[in-house]
Amino acid sequence: MKVTENDVTYVADLANLELTDSERQRMAKDLNSILDYIDMLNELDTSNVEPFAEVASKFAGNQSSGSERFAYAMRADKVLPGLPHEAAMQNAPDTDGTYFKVPKVIEK
Amino acid sequence: MSTTSKYEPVIGLEVHVQLLTRTKAFCSCSTEFGAPPNSNVCPVCLGLPGALPVLNRQVVEFAVLAAQALNCTVNETSIFARKNYFYPDLPKGYQISQYDKPLAEFGHIEIDTADGGKKRIGITRLHVEEDAGKSMHEGVNASDDRTSVDLNRSGVPLIEIVSEPDISTPDEAYEYLTRLKEIILYTGVSDCNMEEGSLRCDANVSIRPRGQKELGTKAEVKNVNSFRFIKQALEYEIKRHEEVIESGGKIVQETRLYNPSEGRTYPMRTKERAHDYRYFPEPDLLPLVVDQKWRDEIHARLPELPEARRARMMADYGLTEGDAHTLTLTKAMADAFESAAHKATNPKRLANIIQTELIGRLKAAGLELEDSPISMEGALLSADLTEAGTISSKMLKDLYDKCFERREDFPAVYEKEKPQQISDAGELEKIIDEVIAANPKQVEQYRAGKKTVIAFFVGGVMKATKGKANPALVNELLPKKLEG
Repeated sequence: MKVTENDVTYVADLANLELTDSERQRMAKDLNSILDYIDMLNELDTSNVEPFAEVASKFAGNQSSGSERFAYAMRADKVLPGLPHEAAMQNAPDTDGTYFKVPKVIEK
Repeated sequence: MSTTSKYEPVIGLEVHVQLLTRTKAFCSCSTEFGAPPNSNVCPVCLGLPGALPVLNRQVVEFAVLAAQALNCTVNETSIFARKNYFYPDLPKGYQISQYDKPLAEFGHIEIDTADGGKKRIGITRLHVEEDAGKSMHEGVNASDDRTSVDLNRSGVPLIEIVSEPDISTPDEAYEYLTRLKEIILYTGVSDCNMEEGSLRCDANVSIRPRGQKELGTKAEVKNVNSFRFIKQALEYEIKRHEEVIESGGKIVQETRLYNPSEGRTYPMRTKERAHDYRYFPEPDLLPLVVDQKWRDEIHARLPELPEARRARMMADYGLTEGDAHTLTLTKAMADAFESAAHKATNPKRLANIIQTELIGRLKAAGLELEDSPISMEGALLSADLTEAGTISSKMLKDLYDKCFERREDFPAVYEKEKPQQISDAGELEKIIDEVIAANPKQVEQYRAGKKTVIAFFVGGVMKATKGKANPALVNELLPKKLEG
């Protein structure tokens, strides 16, 4: 077992999740099976492979300024209309019409 | 804090600076301060599912410019990362920041130390990140048992500048922050307005027995909103650490808040979750590539920085170090001074007048330089007139007072207030006649060939007119009258 139930409790806490005992057991099982699968992948020799976090960068080609990639990786500093206030608030579970409302955060 | 203490403080500072872009870091919403709550928002900065960030090119250029001004090495490739934590004003549940591959590293700032020397404070890194929204726990509605969240600030671009723990005293911390702010202001990438939160500072402080290499346990002081308070908070913390350790206790690593009215820090009342942000590369953004060509383009826009400018202004205008310091406190002041100084008969005179007459009056009237009733051109005229002896320093002061009273520029006030000359020939002739009549002996001498005695008559006429006689006209009329 790579992941113990204590690990699950810790990660769930970081993610603001409250798990029942049975959920915790299931999560531990799922996480362990994922890590077992990763172990299988780790059998491959990747010492000469650059790590990458997003597929696009691998295939984006030339990265110099003025290149096509340079143009699409960034945008100009120009204001464009966002969401009207009413639209922005319409899915808020709780609002006074001006602010998003959340249960009081005690931190001071 | 005494320097003979057996402990040595170790201080590192983290400074967040808001960049003066029009739009947010990863979406095209306006960054305008003071807009109605939740009006500058869109799916990206509200953290709505499926919305994708696109990096603002101006953010990169400003961050690179700041990095260069702080002597950093700008990395050709840097990576955005997600910093994961829960807070109501962070709608995505993560902040886009940079972690193991920041935009820039290995910089430094030179500061003046208490003993008059220089000290180099290292800058570990400078990275780009987005700001969170704003939570209001009180004040929106007093009876409200909920926290109010405004997401206008969510996604506003910041640079975080992390110093090495090279700072040894609260005074050095103050000096470092002052220099840092000055440099950033010169680059123009931020207004560094602390009231509006454009510049925020967190301090890490620990103490260790003098000579010990290993660092003590640190405390972090957060959200201090003035440099003076940072200094006070550090002084308090150092004393607290000494007392805890001296009494056999242990310093707990924690985040503390400074209360300026009480002059002390308190532990932040928050669930002390391990700082486990589970950083990982942001898959929605490409690695940021700033190649040599782009770096050079940005570098070409780097203005002359305060330290270099002071040295040059001292050489160019014959200023003292004190003059140069005062006149470069803001780039606006330095630019204004230089726009006039190269035209002045004596630039040093102009510098003196600005410092002794202008700055004080501005301060007293609560005015910024750009609101000054006396323009630099006006100050220039006043300096040249003083230098030529046309107006005395007392008259200069009076004229400056009048400029501030009437909110009028110096040339206009001078035109109205300058001593009215008597340029009427008839009127002057009458006075000259009287002077001649009153001094028959000197007339005799003149007529006998002692022409230098004319100066005596010029003096007499000036005295009789209280200095208002037009000197050119007097010089023209007197010889004729004396010749008879």
